Amino acid sequence: MSLTLLTYLVVGSTFAVYIGIAIATRASSTKDFYVADGGVHPIANGMATAADWMSAASFISMAGLIALSYNGYGGSVFLMGWTGGYVLLALLIAPYLRKYGKYTVPDFIGERYYSDTARVVAVICLVLCSVTYVIGQMKGVGVAFSRFLETDYETGLGIGMFIVFFYAVLGGMKGITYTQIAQYCVLITAYTIPAIFISLQLTGNPLPQLGLGSTLTGTDVYLLDKLDLILLDLGFQEYTTTLRGSTLNMVAFTASLMIGTAGLPHVIIRFFTVPSVAAARRSAGWALVFIAVLYTTAPALAAMARLNIVDTMQQSDGQALFIEDKPGWFENWEQTGLLKVEDLNGDGRIEYTSDPKTNELTKLDNDILVLANPEIANLPNWVIALVAAGGLAAALSTAAGLLLAISSAISHDLLKSTYMPSISDKAELRASRIAMAVAVLGAGYLGLNPPGFAAGTVALAFGLAASSLFPALLMGIFARRVNREGAVAGMLAGISVTLLYVFQHKGIMFIPDTGFLGAMSPNWFFGIEPNAFGVVGALVNFTVAFTVSRLTSPPPPAVNELLDFLHEPCDVAP
Amino acid sequence: MFRLLVIWFVVSFGFGILLVEPLNEIRLGGYKLGFWFAQQGSIFVFIALIFYFAAAMTRFEREYQEETER
Repeated sequence: MSLTLLTYLVVGSTFAVYIGIAIATRASSTKDFYVADGGVHPIANGMATAADWMSAASFISMAGLIALSYNGYGGSVFLMGWTGGYVLLALLIAPYLRKYGKYTVPDFIGERYYSDTARVVAVICLVLCSVTYVIGQMKGVGVAFSRFLETDYETGLGIGMFIVFFYAVLGGMKGITYTQIAQYCVLITAYTIPAIFISLQLTGNPLPQLGLGSTLTGTDVYLLDKLDLILLDLGFQEYTTTLRGSTLNMVAFTASLMIGTAGLPHVIIRFFTVPSVAAARRSAGWALVFIAVLYTTAPALAAMARLNIVDTMQQSDGQALFIEDKPGWFENWEQTGLLKVEDLNGDGRIEYTSDPKTNELTKLDNDILVLANPEIANLPNWVIALVAAGGLAAALSTAAGLLLAISSAISHDLLKSTYMPSISDKAELRASRIAMAVAVLGAGYLGLNPPGFAAGTVALAFGLAASSLFPALLMGIFARRVNREGAVAGMLAGISVTLLYVFQHKGIMFIPDTGFLGAMSPNWFFGIEPNAFGVVGALVNFTVAFTVSRLTSPPPPAVNELLDFLHEPCDVAP
Repeated sequence: MFRLLVIWFVVSFGFGILLVEPLNEIRLGGYKLGFWFAQQGSIFVFIALIFYFAAAMTRFEREYQEETER
C-alpha cells in the first residue's frame, strides 16, 4: 500500500473516532458546555489535560529544538519548564480554584477583586495569550496536512477547522474532554513507537529513557559520550553541557515557562471538570504522568536522532558523505524546503560542520527531527502514517482547548457576568456556541494569513500568561491585602513590560524594523532573551500590585470570607 | 507545602541548572548526573511531589473532619 493511501486511512479513521465521540457527548446545558458537568474522572481528566497541554510544539518541534537549536543541555529549559509548572498548578492554584467552583478564570478574578474592571482586564489577558497560542496550532495543522497528505496548505487548514468546529461547537467541554482522551492515545502511540525502535537499534534497550544512558550496541562506549565526542570533532559544542545563553538566562527561561504553565487558562479550566478538590489535586498528578511519558522520551529521541544524522553524514573512513550516496529521505525532505544541501567547495561531498562558511548542510529545520525520524531510522510506512495522525491530534486537541477558553471568557465573563446579567441559561449556551464558532473562524483566518510573528507565538503566550494571570491568581488566593486597584495595576504593568521587551527586540507586533530603542544591544536586560522575559514581567506585576494595594484602601470583608472558604479544609468524600 | 516547593526548586533550578557542573562529575550509567536531573530526574521528582501532596492533603482533611465531628 502506498504511503499516501496509508496516511489517508490512518488519519481518516482517527477523525471518524473524534466525530463519533462528539456526537455521543453533546452538551445540553451551560454547565456541560463549560465544565463537562463537573463529572470527569481524575485519571480521564489527567489524560485530557495532557492532550490539551501538549501542542504541535511539544509533539513536532520540541525534540528538534533540544537536539539542534539548543544543542542538548540547553534544551532542558523546555523539559523542566513545561513540566515543573504542574507542581505549582497542583500545589498553589488548581485545588483552590476548583473549590471556588465556578466556570472560568476571569470569574474568579472578578469576584476576588470585587470588580468588573479586573474581570475585563483578565479577559483581555486571557484572549491575548490564547489567541497567540492558537495561531501556532492552526499553522501546525495546515503544515501537517500539506506535508503528509499532499494537499495544499489552505485545504489542510480547512479540513482541520471543520473537525474542530464540529466537536467543539457541538460538545463544548464535554465533547472536547472525551475527544482529547482519544487524541492523547493517538499522539502518545505515535510518539513512542519510533522512539522505541530507534532506541533498540542504537542501544538494544527498548526504553528510550534507559537507552539514552546506555552503551551503543556492540561497543562499550556510552551513547552520550560518543555524541559529545563526534560533535566536538565537527566543531560543535558538547551536547551534554552547553548552556543556553548564561546560567541566569536558563533560570529565567525555565521559570517563565513554569509560571506560564501554571497561569494558562485553558489548562486551569480543565481542573474545573473533576468532581472534587481532592480529585483536582490527584488529577494534576495524573496529567503530569501522561505528559512525562512524552517529555522523558523527547530528550532521548533528540540525542539519538542527532547521533543518527551525524552518523549519516560521516562515511566509515571518517570522510564526509558523497552527494550521490545520500539516503532517500534526504530527497523527500529537500522537496519540502526543510532540508537543504549545497556543495560549496565542489568536492562532491556534503560536509556538516559548525562553521557557516564550510557547512554544506545549509538547512536542517528543527521540525524534521520528529517528522523524518521514522524514515531516518528506516521504519515501515505505517509508522510514518501514525506520526502524521499524532501531529494532527496534538495540534487539534490544543486548539480545541484554547478555543473553549476564549469562547467561555466571552460568553460567560463578558456577556453573562458583565454586560447582560439577565441572560437565560439557554441563551447563554447559544451565545457560547456562537462565540466558539466565531473563534474557530477567527483562528482559521489567522492561520491562513499568519501575522509575521507566528513563529515565536507559543513562547510569547507563556510570557503573557506568566506576567499577567499567574500573579493575579496567586495573590488572589494567598495575599489577603491585595485589592482591586493593586490587581488591575499589576496585571496591566506585568503584561505591558513583557510585551514591550519582546517588541523592542522583534519589532512592534513583530513587524520588522519597527523595533524601538534600536541602538540597545540584544538581550540587554542581564542577557535574558525575550522568550525568557515572562518571569521579569511577573516580578513587576507582584511589585506593582503590592505597592498599589498598600497605598489604597484594603479589600471589603466579603473577600476575607471568600478566602476563608477557599482555605478551609474540605469534606472528604466517604 | 513549603517543604515540597523547596524540593521542587532544588531538583530543577538547583541540580538541573545552578549545580549542574559539580554534579556532572558524578556518573549515572552513561548519564552525567546534572544532565540527567535536567532532562529526566527532575520530571520524575515533580510527579512524586504532586502525588505525595495529594495524599497528604487528603489525610489532613480526613483528620480534620473526624476532629470537627467529635
